[in-house]
Amino acid sequence: MTARIGVITFPGTLDDRDTQRAVRTAGLEAVPLWHRDKDLKQVDAVILPGGFSYGDYLRAGAISRFSPVMESVIDQAKAGMPVLGICNGFQVLTETHLLPGAMLRNNHLHFICRDQKLRVENAETAWTRSYEQGQEINIPLKNIDGRYVADERVLDELEAEGRVVFRYEELNPNGSLRDIAGISNAAGNVVGLMPHPEHAVEPLIGTGRTDGLGFFTSILKRLVSA
Amino acid sequence: MARVVVDVMLKPEILDPQGQAVQRALPRLGFEGIADVRQGKRFELEVEGPVDDAALARIHEIAETFLANTVIEDFSVKVEVGEGADASAVKAES
Repeated sequence: MTARIGVITFPGTLDDRDTQRAVRTAGLEAVPLWHRDKDLKQVDAVILPGGFSYGDYLRAGAISRFSPVMESVIDQAKAGMPVLGICNGFQVLTETHLLPGAMLRNNHLHFICRDQKLRVENAETAWTRSYEQGQEINIPLKNIDGRYVADERVLDELEAEGRVVFRYEELNPNGSLRDIAGISNAAGNVVGLMPHPEHAVEPLIGTGRTDGLGFFTSILKRLVSA
Repeated sequence: MARVVVDVMLKPEILDPQGQAVQRALPRLGFEGIADVRQGKRFELEVEGPVDDAALARIHEIAETFLANTVIEDFSVKVEVGEGADASAVKAES
């Protein structure tokens, strides 16, 4: 039996199918979860994919945070279940306070869509074990609310504890403080990032590289070793 | 029915590019002398029943947990009593 990875669909989620495909490409079983389900169907890990859940009304990720499925995700995440939030999923994770800080409108106010270089700053989290610390990866980025902010105390704490998992390389696309592209919780099982690894798992699409596949193979390593 | 107004503003230390874009457009439109603009959100809640302390406490909770993200935003709660009546303000900052 292979590991089961839940992929949650909220109203307005766009990248659930790509994420399910990426999960299968890594040799894992993708389990679709609906935002109104409280039952996580005994998955081993959960991914909150990108998109515009609830149309990003109020604030990006704010309404989804109160979906029934999120109650279960919050409980399980606190108990150690691996959770990955990609783009809108990252916004949902900050709104739930599973990750600190908040996401705001890009500093230039434009929607941005580009291939983005990232540096992997922490290869020890549940979702980054297939990478090496300091490795540079190139995966697509597409968002308008991608500016990560937190107060200085929180930023210092994240840096000191190695919880800045990814930083933007060459260009900061949205004004994120300290070039932060992704962070983790203290235990390292919850990770959020703005760029989209699920769009770079096959050479024919996305960046033409498979730099994103490591997220999905990392979780397999983690689940096998757990 | 009474109306309760919740105003939500980005905290002063948070960069507000939307407000800046508005401010930069003002001179082009011939409006001089505006040194800064910040953009926020206003929620008007029509409340069934009396707006007593308990109701206000609930609205405060709604504002704090949902309408505002207190990591980045401040909010205030104001009661507008009846139509056309003077607004009696109950302020609660976070």
